[in-house]
Amino acid sequence: MDKLSVITSFVHNIVVFNIPLLYGTVGEIMVEKSGSLNLGVEGTMAVGAIFGYIFGCYANSLGVGIMVAFLAGALFGLLFAALTVSLQANQNITGLTLTTFGLGIYFFVGNSVKANGWPVMGNYSNIKDGFADIDIPLLSDIPVIGRGLFSHNMLVFLGIAIAVGVWWYLKHTTLGLKLRAIGENPAAADSVGINVKRMKYIHICVGCGIMGIGGYYMGLNMSGSFNSSCWINGYGWIAVALVIFANWSPAIAIIGTFVFGFFNTLRVSGTSIAAAFPDQFGWLAHIPTQMYQALPFIITAIVLVVMSIRNKRGSSGLPSALGQNYFREER
Amino acid sequence: MKKLIAIFLSALMLLSLVSCGASDSNEATGDNAKDLKVGAIYINSKNDTAGYTYAHHNGITTAMKELGLDVNTQLFIVDEVPEDPEQVRAAVDTLVGKNVDIIFGISFGYIDALETAAAEYPEVIFSHATGYKSNETNFNNYFGRAYQARYLSGIAAGLKSLQTGNNNVGYVAAYGTEYAETASGINGFALGVQAVNPNAKVYVKKLGNWADEVNESAFATELISSFGCGIIAQHCDSAQPQIAAENAGMFGCGYNSDMSPDAPKAHLTAAIWNWNVYYRTAMEAAMNCGSADNFVATMGTPAYYGGLKENFVDISPISENCAPNTQKAIDAVRELIVNGEWDVFSGVKLSITADGVVTKADADLLDNAGNVIVAAGGASVEDGVITGTMNYYVAGVQEA
Repeated sequence: MDKLSVITSFVHNIVVFNIPLLYGTVGEIMVEKSGSLNLGVEGTMAVGAIFGYIFGCYANSLGVGIMVAFLAGALFGLLFAALTVSLQANQNITGLTLTTFGLGIYFFVGNSVKANGWPVMGNYSNIKDGFADIDIPLLSDIPVIGRGLFSHNMLVFLGIAIAVGVWWYLKHTTLGLKLRAIGENPAAADSVGINVKRMKYIHICVGCGIMGIGGYYMGLNMSGSFNSSCWINGYGWIAVALVIFANWSPAIAIIGTFVFGFFNTLRVSGTSIAAAFPDQFGWLAHIPTQMYQALPFIITAIVLVVMSIRNKRGSSGLPSALGQNYFREER
Repeated sequence: MKKLIAIFLSALMLLSLVSCGASDSNEATGDNAKDLKVGAIYINSKNDTAGYTYAHHNGITTAMKELGLDVNTQLFIVDEVPEDPEQVRAAVDTLVGKNVDIIFGISFGYIDALETAAAEYPEVIFSHATGYKSNETNFNNYFGRAYQARYLSGIAAGLKSLQTGNNNVGYVAAYGTEYAETASGINGFALGVQAVNPNAKVYVKKLGNWADEVNESAFATELISSFGCGIIAQHCDSAQPQIAAENAGMFGCGYNSDMSPDAPKAHLTAAIWNWNVYYRTAMEAAMNCGSADNFVATMGTPAYYGGLKENFVDISPISENCAPNTQKAIDAVRELIVNGEWDVFSGVKLSITADGVVTKADADLLDNAGNVIVAAGGASVEDGVITGTMNYYVAGVQEA
């Protein structure tokens, strides 16, 4: 067994299997910054995944797949926005409902398509090649970690780019400032002439669109094999927690994704590391599988506690008006 | 408008009266065998298009069609029933309320609830998959010798490993030695591989879960990249391990269904179940036993345990990825098993050459700690051990 390749594959796995969390988290940050708490990430990702995958395959184009995943997610977000922003429905309940609804759509559409012949990813060369790893000159040649960190498929880089883009947008543009104002105090934002409803609609839709792309990534990562379980597999829920982990900053979300991913991937690679370095990490092999399964969630719980202590000291990125519907006439 | 609705509703009422009448007259004609009503309790959705519940649903409907029973009117299903005694009980009550004659429960965890229900409803037959409980009259269990099919798929993997020169074989398993079902499958497969390639090592990676698609893919990839495995076998629902093998340019043995469409360049053969074989046998027994009391006696055993001989387990057709002579070797071993001349966990070891020639020789069957399980020449391990208490790996298997 090649010891160095074990580390390379560990690092590679951390990135490959956890990028969907970044999409979900960044999308949710954008939604929450507008003051809306959308718990329907899991469902939104599922909807983006199934439509993105199917239409991407029919068009044999990764670009079309990404576009459709984004649009499907955004349309699903529009539903959330219509229910909570215009009709003033309770955000928590609406989000939970949309999770169930989204998973229902996923299986309904998936099973219907499967009955008439499922598009197998291997038959669509542009999708398969488009999702293949890309080497970055020089960086990918760095020994041990180069391939692990920099040889990835296009959607990994797109995810990082979106995270950085959203971070810059929220922090350094006027629109971003307006959005944060709405999340903190929609009435005040309204009084200075910001169109609260329109801003909420747009950012909920775009945020949900980003989640949709994350779902599409999951589908591609599973090679588009449609079975009785859903591709998203609970990642949407972890993304909701990661938003708090990241303190509502897309930049920290990148780090948070990989920290979380580290523990998530230990389950896959722990025993390999133990076998490669028996003296230093042999103990990893003695940890029961169940412990590995629970680890990411234990870490999440610890982080949430730490963050809530930190937030009491006033450095929180939590939008003050999060979860509260804004009704103009009630001011 | 109101009038229209009224007419429609009264028409509906009339129709329902007619259908009631029909079922009454049906009962009046007596216990015709063709009137058999079948109940089924599923762990997942009856609409699944792959996986465990799908395999059983497919088996039940196939058996019913073979017997000329109408799936639409004679099959009653309660699906998505978790392994919780109260919910299983509610499902049983629902089915008994529909006057079913026989109830199949497909998940292991239904075991206690079905046992209680069998005592309470002696007029209904209860049949439980993968379990070990039964009574003398109306409650039996059924399972299959999957390890025999595993052994055959192991031969295909062993021949492939000789051809590629890579002795490392990976195995993505839901569980390891925690369940006799998974342990016997892993051991059967490993013995098949070793019959061909004595130097082969089988690395088992445990999911700790019966269905976990994301990790099924990740684990297979990890076995290939870190442990250098050239062949990936599996005991889990989805085709992800096979797809991962294909993406890495390696080979694999699937499970539950022919996974060649999922991984056309990687898949060798899969161990599969023909559940309809049992369901047909059980339904025929239910039709002929007269009353539910006689069901177990009619079946001949409270624990149905079919294998290659009954065609209850099998392997999917050998794909073109397999090494030459695979079919020949597998056919020869299959004949030994079907004729009852030899079985997998015994003190007789088969040796299979690359030309597909099979020879028998006495040898100790060892576990991976070096303990003797069966001494050379000894008889096969008892069925009860294979289904219930096998909690070790054979030599050459290790967890990864």
